[in-house]
Amino acid sequence: MGHQDVLVFVECRGDQIKRPSLEALSEGGRVARALGGKLVALCAGPGTRDRVSQLADLGPDRILLADDDLFSLYQPEAFAVLLADAVRSTEAGYVLLSATAMGRDLGPRAAAKLEAGLAADCTQVEVDGGELRVKRPVYSGKAIATVRFSGNPVFVTLRPNVFPLVNSPGKNPQPEPLKIDFDASRLAVKTVKVEASEGGEQDVSEAGIVVSGGRAMKGPENFALIRDLAKALGGATGASRAAVDAGWIDHQYQVGQTGKVVSPNLYIACGISGAIQHLAGMSSSKVIVAINKDPEAPIFKLADYGIVGDLYEILPRLTEEVRKLKGNS
Amino acid sequence: MKIAVCIKQVPDTETKVKIAADGRSLDESSVTFVVSPYDEYAVEEALRVRDQQGGEVVAFSVGEERVASALRTILAMGADRAVHLKDAAFQGSDALGLSRILAAALKGEGFDLILFGKQAVGTDRGQVGPRVAELLGLPHVSVVTHLAWEGNRFTAQREIEGAHEIVEGALPVVLTAQKGLNEPRYASLKGILAAKKKELRVVGAAELGLDPASIGAAGARTRWEKLELPPARSAGKILKDMDPSAAAAELVRLLRQEAKVI
Repeated sequence: MGHQDVLVFVECRGDQIKRPSLEALSEGGRVARALGGKLVALCAGPGTRDRVSQLADLGPDRILLADDDLFSLYQPEAFAVLLADAVRSTEAGYVLLSATAMGRDLGPRAAAKLEAGLAADCTQVEVDGGELRVKRPVYSGKAIATVRFSGNPVFVTLRPNVFPLVNSPGKNPQPEPLKIDFDASRLAVKTVKVEASEGGEQDVSEAGIVVSGGRAMKGPENFALIRDLAKALGGATGASRAAVDAGWIDHQYQVGQTGKVVSPNLYIACGISGAIQHLAGMSSSKVIVAINKDPEAPIFKLADYGIVGDLYEILPRLTEEVRKLKGNS
Repeated sequence: MKIAVCIKQVPDTETKVKIAADGRSLDESSVTFVVSPYDEYAVEEALRVRDQQGGEVVAFSVGEERVASALRTILAMGADRAVHLKDAAFQGSDALGLSRILAAALKGEGFDLILFGKQAVGTDRGQVGPRVAELLGLPHVSVVTHLAWEGNRFTAQREIEGAHEIVEGALPVVLTAQKGLNEPRYASLKGILAAKKKELRVVGAAELGLDPASIGAAGARTRWEKLELPPARSAGKILKDMDPSAAAAELVRLLRQEAKVI
């Protein structure tokens, strides 16, 4: 193993491997091949033992499995020791994580242990002359920075839902158990449980389709129109800051600055004018649809498709059309 | 209780982005600078904890001359004193360098609670809080949306995808604040006047015992090679002056047949 090798941290919640981690592993494989290195997957959590076969299609050369109970919930200090130990022992020069809540927390702490640089929430990775170069949106998505690294190792977190899953099967490595020397009783700060948010709906940051409502929703009751369309499409409900600040919907639904960053395949903005704070959270969506009464609304400049009109007339009809379509397919 | 709050001065989010002549940084000539919005939640929490439990709130920030005005804003909100970490050697620091500077400044003071915003708006790295915690050997909880105190013990809610982690612990700790944690106060006129008399100390690399090669551009492990405007999106198909039913049907057709996303 050596500096041209790529180690990918694979995140699990409960007994599920998170899809963004599979994306990171897929991209890690591409980078490893371009660098002429090996691909190592580090999987943490007791529930993952029976799930590592899921990783095989993405072609890791090695799978490290830390299935100690210590890793059943995310404990930043313990996970940082685990990741840093794995990087040291494999001598991997490149460490990839998904830019999820866990990845964005764990990456910096582990990087600090190794005095390493980290580029967060990247949307593009290139290998050029044996070196990594990444792109990431900055200033609310109004500019794109190209980041280069010096020193070793290099940490990168990848924006979920941006990198494709490309199968590259071949090896089928046996998971290698990985233990760390860590006394759990020394954790003065400890994650004790995970509570699902009310409603148990799909989170905007994980959904392939997001339907969001803004100021024009006028009140909490009208979000039913947004929820109905989201449900018909199998997507998640989102909201603009204006709707959240007005108290119509909880902050967990907010897309944009001071909310969540999303990159779904389809983003439908309803009654959202498109303030820069909102655009910051959704401009990397693949297809953007705007529905707004005001033809001059800035959101139309970003939209791939749009309807100028009254959302109270359009949304119910749209939901009906989608239901018809889904019913027939 | 001794509380530190680390803030960053950032371009106002309404700023029109212009790329500087060097092609790899922001042209700051017409930029208005503000305290990063998430930092305001951190400051508010610091002030609330102090007001309930007693103690002192000290604000820290790294940066050039203009950063003094951001620290004055925090003093006007109610912080007791401020430390401006300013040195030519700090320029060009990445998250690694910034954490080293802040950790060096925080280390000697024995803070019980160190607060950050969850990320600085603009660069959006979200790294410095967890990195400082690691350098100081302290636990951390990031992206905190709710905090309850019982003496020096706390229960925090940390926002994750579609759920919250419940984190319990005791001081000392590093926390990073997310929207929802509280409603930040505005500085009162009285606060603004009082801020002028509060201590704002400038501290450089030598006083912190920092090796100039470990910080600033010299110590950076990441650097911006290029800054560019995002590629323009091609003009979309906007349906206007159509009957709502026809428009809805046409949109569904386009999303199915052309965009192939539903």
